[in-house]
Amino acid sequence: MNKFNLHQGIVAPMDRANVDTDLIIPKQFLKSIKRSGFGPNLFDELRYLDEGQPDQDASQRPLNPDFVLNLPRYKGASVLLARKNFGCGSSREHAPWALEDFGFRAIIAPSFADIFYNNCFKNGLLPIVLDESVVDELFIEAQAVEGYELAIDLERQRVCKPDGSEIEFNVDGFRRHCLLNGLDDIGLTLQYADDIHAYEARRSSAAPWLFDTTK
Amino acid sequence: MLLRASSAESCQPILEERKMAGKTLYDKLWQDHLVRQNDDGSALIYIDRHLLHEVTSPQAFEGLRIANRKPWRIDANLATPDHNVPTTERSSGVQGIADPVSRIQVQTLDDNCESFGITEFKMNDLRQGIVHVVGPEQGATLPGMTVVCGDSHTSTHGAFATLAHGIGTSEVEHVLATQCLITKKMDNMLVRIDGQLGTGVTAKDVILHVIGVIGTAGGTGYAIEFGGSAMAGISMEGRMTICNMAIEAGARVGLVACDQITVDYVKGRPYSPKGANWDLAVDAWKNLVSDVDAQFDAVVQVNAADIEPQVTWGTSPEMVAGVSGKVPNPAAQTDVTKREGYSRALQYMGLQADQDITAIQLDRVFIGSCTNSRIEDLREAAAVVKGRKVASTLKQALVVPGSGLVKAQAEAEGLDKIFIDAGIEWREPGCSMCLAMNPDKLGAGEHCASTSNRNFEGRQGFGGRTHLVSPAMAAAAAIAGHFVDVREFVKH
Repeated sequence: MNKFNLHQGIVAPMDRANVDTDLIIPKQFLKSIKRSGFGPNLFDELRYLDEGQPDQDASQRPLNPDFVLNLPRYKGASVLLARKNFGCGSSREHAPWALEDFGFRAIIAPSFADIFYNNCFKNGLLPIVLDESVVDELFIEAQAVEGYELAIDLERQRVCKPDGSEIEFNVDGFRRHCLLNGLDDIGLTLQYADDIHAYEARRSSAAPWLFDTTK
Repeated sequence: MLLRASSAESCQPILEERKMAGKTLYDKLWQDHLVRQNDDGSALIYIDRHLLHEVTSPQAFEGLRIANRKPWRIDANLATPDHNVPTTERSSGVQGIADPVSRIQVQTLDDNCESFGITEFKMNDLRQGIVHVVGPEQGATLPGMTVVCGDSHTSTHGAFATLAHGIGTSEVEHVLATQCLITKKMDNMLVRIDGQLGTGVTAKDVILHVIGVIGTAGGTGYAIEFGGSAMAGISMEGRMTICNMAIEAGARVGLVACDQITVDYVKGRPYSPKGANWDLAVDAWKNLVSDVDAQFDAVVQVNAADIEPQVTWGTSPEMVAGVSGKVPNPAAQTDVTKREGYSRALQYMGLQADQDITAIQLDRVFIGSCTNSRIEDLREAAAVVKGRKVASTLKQALVVPGSGLVKAQAEAEGLDKIFIDAGIEWREPGCSMCLAMNPDKLGAGEHCASTSNRNFEGRQGFGGRTHLVSPAMAAAAAIAGHFVDVREFVKH
């Protein structure tokens, strides 16, 4: 997993609440058995005017000129500014894969759906929750100033604005640690293999019907 | 309606009170599966059952292979292909799947299960079906378990007093490799549904109504327990429908206490405990209820008698109205985000503000999905269409059973004939038009009465317009060609 420490980038404001995972990456692209290559189909139904199909050459498709990520001023954006309940819907990890593959490293919103939020951390993508009023302000600034950038300092848990002011954010200690160090969750958990074996021994004597069930 | 203990002043006394108070069902399930509590607030919890399907597992198996890891406990896993499988004739097997990418995904699941030794109900196995139908049907989902799957509708299994939720692909790999999940404890919410449901009002209407009340993010961060006197009278199929859609209210976990209805459903299923283990299990399951003095972080109260058959009119499950109601007017919304959301939804759905719900004309009807494809759902729909014909204006109506066993049961009861005689297609089991990963999909602009769980833009096909309803309401709509109040409909 990619490490995340300090990141600065252009902010793309997506002014829409309840952006669901079907909107982030439509189902026809979930048929891939790989983790990469989803970027060209991020927000497919909003980004293009035609119906997207797997194995199309995205560069040949008609773009929706009104969609925020198609506006020249947001080209190269790596911080997505979003509204509440971002990522609601399915558990598909293809959603953070698509955002990451497109080039996003952080998403700022007043709230996220739980599964999506969790999936982001597994993929080096930082979801940041800020108060709705603060997000409103960022929307105004990002829309007003061309080339508006934010710097995100995960170590210090700060979003740094161009005027030098800083906004503090909270992130779970374990997730922060993993993201800062690019750690593999599985490797960490396997360090506790003895605890898992001990649990299984305890549990299988108390609830034997839970073991050897589908053999 | 929503009572939440969140202010800084009230937090501390409530925490202390909770230490003294009894435990919720969720607290008990959590405690029973805690392998390790870390200092940073994260915890390692043990997973009893891991269900797999073809869409969210290939990258996880690939990850295991790359890291040269083996599954921790093979027998805890159970797999079946469901999202991509065709629901039409499939005697030529996986090689007969027309869409090459779907074929690769189904084949990859077969290959992975074979090479890792995981039990799989393959496409043409009678036991194949939607994972959330198959698990309970096989007794692979048992009260008191933790159940996870790379699918958000895993909340379905909470109907059995199991701690069940969806996970992403990285977590699928983590569970395969360690039999555990790294997670944090959620808050407790109680949705109390008291009183008597009206005739023609089903579990689907209950959950759509609840989502309308608390919103699609109302349950975020919570495990929701559905309780109250109305829940005690709802069947396991109905409880599964309700827990299935907890995620549409933002809650990863839905729960219902274990009672005699639960025990009766589980008894005698292929993977259910037998003999002495059965007695031991039933005894342990008696504890799978919230203590009477348990404290919840939030409580929502719903009067069952207030619920009428529901129909979603928008592009989020919270955009829902009673069948006697109207499509709302965005101009009447005071909240700007909500007003814009409503306007966008009406535009996408091709509906007018203040239009009667019953005036919505339909192009297709879909009865199926992990929400409503069990035998009881099919009986409910068949009772409405029996002896009738679908409207001539309809392009298609289809019933897709949740599993091969549901299909066989329905055929033994003659339900297939009732549907076919009415002009409704009778299909092979799978997820089908719920998410249109297989050839069953809506055309742009088409309206569909669907018993599925999500009415998001494009969910059932590019430009498709989904209206979520109960099986009885979908069946009545198929006959009428537009929405009708099924309670009136069955009278005539």
